Amino acid sequence: MTDPLTALTLAQARDGLASGDFTSEELTRAHSGAVEAARDLNLFITETPELALERAQASDTRRAKDAAAGPMDGIPIAVKDLFCTEGVLTTAGSHILDGFTPTYESTVTANLRAAGAVMVGKTNLDEFAMGSANVTSYYGPAKNPWSTGDGKDRVPGGSSGGSAAAVAAHLCSASIGTDTGGSIRQPASFSGIVGLKPTYGRCSRWGIVAFASSLDQAGPLTRTVRDAAIMLGAMAGHDAKDSTSAPVEKPDFEAALGGGVRGLKVGIPREYRIDSTPGEIETLWQQGIEWLKDAGAEPVDVALPHTKYALPTYYIVAPAEASSNLARYDGVRFGLRVPGETLDEMYENTRGEGFGAEVRRRVLIGTYVLSAGYYDAYYVKAQKVRTLIARDFKKAFETVDVILTPTAPSAAFAIGEKMDDPIAMYLNDVFTVPASLAGLPAISVPAGLDPQGLPLGLHLIGRPFDEETVLRAAEALETAARFDTKPAYLEGA
Amino acid sequence: MAYLIEGTSGDWEVVIGLEIHAQIVSEAKLFSGAATAFGAPPNAQVSLVDAAMPGMLPVINEHCVAMAVRTGLGLNAEINLTSVFERKNYFYADLPAGYQISQYAQPVVGEGTVILDLADGSTPTVGIERLHMEMDAGKSLHDQDPRRTFIDLNRSGVALMEIVSKPDMRSPEEAGAYLRKVRSIVRYLGTCDGNMEEGSLRCDVNVSVRHPGEDLRTRTEVKNVNSVRFAMQAIEYEANRQVEAYEAGGDVVQETRLFDAGKGETRTMRSKEYAHDYRYFPDPDLLPLVLSQDYVDAIKADLPELPDQRKDRYMASDGLTAYDAGVLVAEKETADYFERVAKGRDAKTAANWVTGALFGTLNRLDLAITESPVTADDLGRLLDLIADDTISGRIAKDVFDAMVETGKEPAAIVEEKGLRQITDIGAIEAAIDGIMAANADQVAQFQGGNEKVIGWFVGQVMKATQGKANPQTVNALLRRKLETEKQP
Repeated sequence: MTDPLTALTLAQARDGLASGDFTSEELTRAHSGAVEAARDLNLFITETPELALERAQASDTRRAKDAAAGPMDGIPIAVKDLFCTEGVLTTAGSHILDGFTPTYESTVTANLRAAGAVMVGKTNLDEFAMGSANVTSYYGPAKNPWSTGDGKDRVPGGSSGGSAAAVAAHLCSASIGTDTGGSIRQPASFSGIVGLKPTYGRCSRWGIVAFASSLDQAGPLTRTVRDAAIMLGAMAGHDAKDSTSAPVEKPDFEAALGGGVRGLKVGIPREYRIDSTPGEIETLWQQGIEWLKDAGAEPVDVALPHTKYALPTYYIVAPAEASSNLARYDGVRFGLRVPGETLDEMYENTRGEGFGAEVRRRVLIGTYVLSAGYYDAYYVKAQKVRTLIARDFKKAFETVDVILTPTAPSAAFAIGEKMDDPIAMYLNDVFTVPASLAGLPAISVPAGLDPQGLPLGLHLIGRPFDEETVLRAAEALETAARFDTKPAYLEGA
Repeated sequence: MAYLIEGTSGDWEVVIGLEIHAQIVSEAKLFSGAATAFGAPPNAQVSLVDAAMPGMLPVINEHCVAMAVRTGLGLNAEINLTSVFERKNYFYADLPAGYQISQYAQPVVGEGTVILDLADGSTPTVGIERLHMEMDAGKSLHDQDPRRTFIDLNRSGVALMEIVSKPDMRSPEEAGAYLRKVRSIVRYLGTCDGNMEEGSLRCDVNVSVRHPGEDLRTRTEVKNVNSVRFAMQAIEYEANRQVEAYEAGGDVVQETRLFDAGKGETRTMRSKEYAHDYRYFPDPDLLPLVLSQDYVDAIKADLPELPDQRKDRYMASDGLTAYDAGVLVAEKETADYFERVAKGRDAKTAANWVTGALFGTLNRLDLAITESPVTADDLGRLLDLIADDTISGRIAKDVFDAMVETGKEPAAIVEEKGLRQITDIGAIEAAIDGIMAANADQVAQFQGGNEKVIGWFVGQVMKATQGKANPQTVNALLRRKLETEKQP
């Protein structure tokens, strides 16, 4: 029996707490119980029920004194295990961080803590956020609560697979993830939930285990667009400790909702019609255009001519940065150390055993593209293309307010598929990567089901720091799509 | 005088370029808030950023940027309004992040010039190629344990400026003068304390040799030299080694070498085939450093008087020789001391006392000017006692020595020892009369035309007055009396 409290959206839980229908302790116990009951999904690397209870009780005490910190106070959330959390094991899904318990709290989780949010645990992810299926985790693959009855477990997408699936399986009111090339939006699409990647610089990267510094961005995974707006408000803000954090005003994101999309110009990029896209994705996209049109928006064809270079560009820039970012995992100061006769041998043993195959592949690719003799041909060229991709968007946004595309080229596939073909795996990010390279805010909204009954998302991209318009358009899609199918895991319970 | 090495194949010229690593004077590190004081216990000054803990991010220390710009301006160099921090990637246990943040393709400071002051009075110019900011690495301690290496990260992240010269120097002497001059400039600017013993200033020396007029040949780099003398020794050794290699029909390989101060020689550290591929790329954690011209102008307006300007002033307004002026300005503290002594007094006399008696004493006692047992104010007072005829210049030397001994002020010593000059003409005349009466022979010699004997008389009178008689007065009175005696 699932507790009805776990079925509440974040906004409903907030309202229930505010009106005294239940306490944070009750809400938290319900979710911690659900987390424990869902262990077969392998969504959590570390469960923190005691910590959650302590924070829930503190929240109830605040509320009793009329001193609740805001809309997130007392809300149970899950945290991708890429955020450093004070006193709680932080693994990045990697063997190499064995036993690493930070003495510090990432800015985003610190903001959420200050807002009263209650962390129920740290979620599974692809190792160092490198993957699109949550199958590269040292702690084993996370399973999607959605299935088709064919007996195969589905991937929840990645890299924020645990965070997405935990929200879909009602193990938390909301969760946070990080998105480098689609790691929030693609798993949101695979799990039938909302996933928002804010503008690069909107949320601080301080205390997040770095994958690719110029792309990494934290964001919320929620069951509704409203929940995403509430959660983003608690996460975002300028942070002097992150030089790339933007010193911009933080609007009231929730207040942006309810405005409708009448008169909004919605760009439809023709370059996103790729031959390999299955029919149902194309159909859903057309449906999305119709929904927005019906709501009063105006679809406009736009050109993003450099789109086809986005994926190869991403797979040069991201590994290049990763190869350098991951150099600090050397067995000297923390985490795993596999001894050797010499310093170099210790490095080789530690990194050879500590990193999984996908991480090793990307470190090698990144090292290669930065090497003398290849730097100009790969890294420098990729940076130039990246500039062109950003310019395409800038031009498009001169005529449109938001751009609509599919989120992913398919629904969730079975665990084990695409494992032997990295390129096929990388193609999962084909629709999400361009916005990442341009640093733009983008959201995935659950919009329909594929013929097998698995969820599919639609993807909206906005202007820099214009999350409000993105959220407003997403709400229109959400309203029109009326997506209310529950995953098999919940139906069966 | 050209410095050339004689060889069987003709003369060889030495070509030298220096990379100076100067620690920026700053309470905090380049990218973290951790402290930088020298001599703290190991790992006592390490922030999460310096230890490269997961998720930590660098934030540029604006004070260090200002110091680098100030140094650039002091080197008459171009300031680049946009510069970029890059990552220099390599694995080592005392480099926690696996990369050093440095500036590579776009440094904050471009080309500049430094004017040398050589002993022969010549003032050649050495070009500055660039100055960039970078963070220091930590320290590996290999001698604490037989099997293990210990790591001290106190220096990890400390802000350095790397000042790269053009290959403009042609002798160890020029290289030494360049190193001293750059050290002097950064100390005047207050951007680096110049302390070579503590490693605040150290240099890498690039050396090659060629027959005059040839293109540049292969160079070697001698790393981490930490004194002017060692730099000069390393160059001399390295130049001769290279000449010998060529003359023996061999070649010089591009490599990094170490200077062994004990043996006075260099030896191979790593050759080019083992050279790292540092995989430089712009640090995505840091935005490009963009400065406004106003910012640079404000720093420029705040620059202190630098050694070259000070030297010009000493020569033009104070009438000092180029040599004396050069010696006085080399160390800011010396120049400051001199100016305090000379204030309101005769500058040449002040310069003579500072470069003469004071320098001699400091050398003998192995003290720095800041540790001088005689303060500038006391030395000034001593000059005043000479100027107002309280004591003679000769007595002043004795008073100075007593000041060094006791640290007392000059007037007190003069009183205590009764050294006040005898200006009473009657007393001096009495002494002269007595000596003349007792030495009729010498009087006769003078009167016989031996002018030189007057010196002997002066000596006798000074002896009789324990040196306290004013020498000019003694001279004048003696001459008058001896001349008078001559009259029949």
